[in-house]
Amino acid sequence: MSSSQNRILILIGFLFIAAWPLLVDDVFLQRIGALVLLAAISASAWNLLGGYAGQVSVGHAVYFGAGAYASLVVYTQFGWPPIFGAPIGVAVSMAIAALVGTPTFRLRGHYFSMATIAAAELIRILASNWPLVGAAVGLMGPPVPRSFWDLSFISPLPYHYIFLAVLVVLLGLTWHLQRSKMGYYLAAIRGGDRAAGSLGVPVLRYKVYALLLSAGFTSIAGSLYAVMVGFVDPDSALGILISVKMLIVAALGGAGSLFGPLVGAIILIPLEETTNAIFGGGGTGITFIVYGAIILLIARFQPGGVAALWNALTARRQSRVS
Amino acid sequence: MILVQVVVSGLLMGSVYALFSSGLTLIWGMMNVVNFAHGDFVMLAMYAAFFAFTLLKLGPVFFVPGAAVLLFLLGVIVYLGLVRHVSKGPMLAQILGTFGLALVLRYAAFWAFTANFVSLPDTLVGGTFDLGGVRVEASRLLAGVLALIITIGMHLVLTRTALGSRLLAVSEDRNAAMLMGIRPDRMQALAWGVGAASTGVAGALIALFFYISPTVGESLSLIAFVVVCLGGFGSVPGALIAGLGIGVVEALSAYLIGAVYQDVVVYALFLGVLWVRPQGLLGTN
Repeated sequence: MSSSQNRILILIGFLFIAAWPLLVDDVFLQRIGALVLLAAISASAWNLLGGYAGQVSVGHAVYFGAGAYASLVVYTQFGWPPIFGAPIGVAVSMAIAALVGTPTFRLRGHYFSMATIAAAELIRILASNWPLVGAAVGLMGPPVPRSFWDLSFISPLPYHYIFLAVLVVLLGLTWHLQRSKMGYYLAAIRGGDRAAGSLGVPVLRYKVYALLLSAGFTSIAGSLYAVMVGFVDPDSALGILISVKMLIVAALGGAGSLFGPLVGAIILIPLEETTNAIFGGGGTGITFIVYGAIILLIARFQPGGVAALWNALTARRQSRVS
Repeated sequence: MILVQVVVSGLLMGSVYALFSSGLTLIWGMMNVVNFAHGDFVMLAMYAAFFAFTLLKLGPVFFVPGAAVLLFLLGVIVYLGLVRHVSKGPMLAQILGTFGLALVLRYAAFWAFTANFVSLPDTLVGGTFDLGGVRVEASRLLAGVLALIITIGMHLVLTRTALGSRLLAVSEDRNAAMLMGIRPDRMQALAWGVGAASTGVAGALIALFFYISPTVGESLSLIAFVVVCLGGFGSVPGALIAGLGIGVVEALSAYLIGAVYQDVVVYALFLGVLWVRPQGLLGTN
């Protein structure tokens, strides 16, 4: 498949996603559309570090939680519209990233992943016991919208376009990054950081750049989540499953590929929402059995995710043509 | 006196930590693959003990070895079906593989056994001992002492028998071992079996005095990582010392700061040590 054909496919896909809430009447389906985009934002943000730089973080819930909590803390403490907390969330996330991330980067492979789990669990337990952030109960957003800036809408449609705009910015940035010096540095680091270092790549500095970018966008995803849902508690914002979800969405679509996380979100989120709708609250367990089985099977049979599968299929077709 | 009491109960719990962490360190040292489902294996063993007692009326004399056999088989199956394949793949696949397994086990247990906590009756191994003013429950004493004996036994088997030498040979240099006529695949399957069997014994022992829930494996996995990292990868004596140490630290911080913060202290200690000595406290390379 040639690149111009690929480009047309991407354009059609994008138009379809943009038109989705107008194509369907059902609020449930519109909501799924918005949630797909939100999951795509956080997984694409994770992808900057976990995919492109190959540093598999299982603790990104910390940054998601920082964004989500910042939004609702500015509301409960100062009465500001929750979205005004987003920049604060980004700042806090980047500070945590610099503080926690920099030392953990000395660790390789499994050790890095484990350190990120431990750091995230540590922060979750602390937040669960901190009254300012609502401790175990969590925080609520404005019950009724006070002004436009509360961004509290009944229809999922406005959220769909807000999320789409953020995703386009993030993917545009990622696309640019992929083709820049930093993209090549990150690819070298993913290949092996000792080798990259010996070739003159400033390994630590570029890992930190990737982490800061990744943490910042993950935090924005958290803020958007809090603005849409209007509620945050330790499990829904800082739980290990939040981190795992980003990882699964990205890995299913293809970690380290531009559209991988979006593809993963398009497959997984409708699946999750449907099982939740069918099984009710008890569906959470089943959802994660399915999630676990999916990542187990990806690891066993197709570590590159859907993106690798796609490349393999199109390459075979091309070789047949020629 | 109360402080001595706390330290003793920490040591007894730590001895069980040491047992299942020895299993993890064996697997880890052998093939440089982490089992993210290790704590969930312990959880399965706890449920196995619970159902052996409630459904089949079997006592600890039967369900402790029974859980070991059951988990041994699970370990071998997991190795042959999953780990053998992903260990040759990229880093991401290695992490996703056993992490996916952990999620499947945890939430399948959640679904099958519900989120409610269950526990074996306290009277199963009842009574308390008075050791010079320190009161110890019989169940904890039994679990701690038995775990200590088995951990030391594991170390002796690894260092003093031909089978142990073959296992260590593969972990030291897979290719050289192969040239000596050892089949690495079999040894690695055995290591996974033994590693999982250690969680079987440990889980059945913890079930005697601890609550059982589907999510208990999450924090146990982290404790095993901490113990292995502190003790050095592949070192059973290291895991023993670190396991006892973590047990005491946990018990002391629960007593001095509060039970909700005991994990915080353990994780903070873990991160601190990883930052200062990425190779572990007793590790060398």
